[in-house]
Amino acid sequence: MNRLRRSMLYVPGNNPGMIRDANIYGADSIMFDLEDSVSLHEKDSARLLVYEALKTMDYGRTEILVRVNGLDTPYGKDDFEAIVRAKPDAIRLPKTEKPEDVKEADQLITQIERAAGMVSGTIKLMAAIESALGVINAYKIATASKRLIGIAIGAEDFVTDLKTTRSKEGIELLAARSQILFAARAAGIDALDTVFSDVDDEEGFIQEVKLIKQLGFDGKSLINPRQINLVHEIYSPTGTEIKKSITIIEAAKEAERKGSGVISLNGKMIDKPIIERAYRVLELAKAVNRVCVEEMLQYV
Amino acid sequence: MLMLQERVKIEEVGIAGTCESSDITIHIEKNDGRGIELELRSTVENQFGKQIKKVILETLQELGVEDALVVAKDKGALDCTIRARVRTAVSRATHHDCFPWEAK
Repeated sequence: MNRLRRSMLYVPGNNPGMIRDANIYGADSIMFDLEDSVSLHEKDSARLLVYEALKTMDYGRTEILVRVNGLDTPYGKDDFEAIVRAKPDAIRLPKTEKPEDVKEADQLITQIERAAGMVSGTIKLMAAIESALGVINAYKIATASKRLIGIAIGAEDFVTDLKTTRSKEGIELLAARSQILFAARAAGIDALDTVFSDVDDEEGFIQEVKLIKQLGFDGKSLINPRQINLVHEIYSPTGTEIKKSITIIEAAKEAERKGSGVISLNGKMIDKPIIERAYRVLELAKAVNRVCVEEMLQYV
Repeated sequence: MLMLQERVKIEEVGIAGTCESSDITIHIEKNDGRGIELELRSTVENQFGKQIKKVILETLQELGVEDALVVAKDKGALDCTIRARVRTAVSRATHHDCFPWEAK
């Protein structure tokens, strides 16, 4: 199974305490931010701090990303020079609008990897889409580089671009979320949802996570460690789902032994996409330790 | 761009870091011909004072800084944070990019 990216925790890049503690909360991915959470006067210090931290700290198996400043800013190129050499798993590009934005970043990373004696392709990319133009170009962006592991929607800038505001129901984001999801799936990469800014509104947060999970998103960017377990809980398969998936897979295997093309389970037809979903549930269950690996091996 | 072998002259005041927990403030200014003078105040001085001073001095040496007056106020920073803040302070005091990958 591909790497889980249910929770991607933002960590401000100029805060040594948060950088030190970032890994204790159990997020699937940590994203150190050099962009919006860092003031213009501290861009240089945040860049060096994240560089030194990544060269020193051991974050175990947690995926590490760094959100850099755009290459259209005075800080972007220096961010790439530093961060590629610090070897995070991926760099997250902000405000991606065109495939050329990704290609430009890809070429620069290639140059720096070569200069630093790194294997080409070591550093992956994630592109954040935060404007109407970016949404329109989502598939072209998603297929612009082999380094891309995912695309993400950044809602705050997006709703400003649309001349609207964010609502609890998220109706203003529905088309963009769907478009980004389609683009990601068609490109075979992950789709990540935007942050939920009101950390005290737990109920609203849960509703939003359920919505984006139902839409098909792989996970969500988070601004507070308190949100991590809520996301993981919603993304974990329930006991009923796991049992149902095992039953479906057993029925499919039984039908295969008998040479039967069509499978029926409790009066319902089971076909290929249902079996695929059942396998995915079991893989997810295994990944989140809902079931013991040995028990699952006979099914997956 | 600063290379290791180059000597770097501190001409202005450079300050980096914050007063937050786990951070360190580095204040660096010129100290012509008088070598490095380092004053450290730390919440963990009894246990880690020597190590903090060592990291600061090593980083200054890497950057080619031979004369500087340095005042460091530490709130329990890790070595990597100390290195980053020293580099930033020197960079700001010299208007050079003190990128670690160039100091090889």
